[in-house]
Amino acid sequence: MSDLDRLERFLRTDPRDVGCDEAMAVLHIYVDLMVTSGDAAERNPGVAAHLLACGPCAEDFTGLLAAVASD
Amino acid sequence: MLPAAALDAESAAWLCRLGAGGAERWAAERELHARLVRIALAEVRRRAASTPVTGPELDDVAHQAASDAMLAILAKLGDFRGESRFTTWAYRFVILEVSSKLGRRYWRNPPVPLDADQWERLPDRLGIDPQQYVESAGILAEVRRVVEDELTAHQRRVFTAIVVDQIPLDALAARLGLRRNAIYKVIFDARRKIRRALAANGYLEEPGLEQR
Repeated sequence: MSDLDRLERFLRTDPRDVGCDEAMAVLHIYVDLMVTSGDAAERNPGVAAHLLACGPCAEDFTGLLAAVASD
Repeated sequence: MLPAAALDAESAAWLCRLGAGGAERWAAERELHARLVRIALAEVRRRAASTPVTGPELDDVAHQAASDAMLAILAKLGDFRGESRFTTWAYRFVILEVSSKLGRRYWRNPPVPLDADQWERLPDRLGIDPQQYVESAGILAEVRRVVEDELTAHQRRVFTAIVVDQIPLDALAARLGLRRNAIYKVIFDARRKIRRALAANGYLEEPGLEQR
């Protein structure tokens, strides 16, 4: 990947991105969909776009997924 | 997002036990709290490499997160609508508590202070090698110009802290008394402004309509 590609990826914004508040409000639903049907991103593209762009929310997503898997 | 669903048997049992009185409720609360502690401990260990919080303080964060999550869960039981399993809904509280508490604890021993302004590290932060391409120096100069000339003082401070100094977003939110979403929105808008400026100067292709 070139410098420009890396920069372009960093600067790219997705208009579907719902933001942290909305994504975290439905994180439990998103995670259960991910575990049960695997189509969480298709059914919730705005949340998926946010989790791709927001490191802290992606960490919370990964943590909740791990918690559910540990049960 | 989803219509409220019929409760699965396990979730219904949790609600029944937590809504009961006496020993049954007490046992359910103890069981749930034990699960929250286990998950919080696993979560702080999973995040150990990305936080300056270490050792016994991490365990302390986990136990506090579990206790605060427990209180929140019991206070909001009536909000649970069965859109997920009860345990997934409950675990979300403790994961978010861990994030929030690690953000606040960052400032007890911060590896980078607020307003460090480490602009010399911008090439690393953006993954650009100014020695490799002549145009990279122009790109870096343009990024800094947009930050200094086109962002508000608040936007500039947030962008510099998050992107240049790499202060964790939750730590900055805690320090500034803002919600995570408010910080994220500032960075989101700054990225769009910088991208537009780089496109206007021919460094990047013009963004599609959906990104304007």
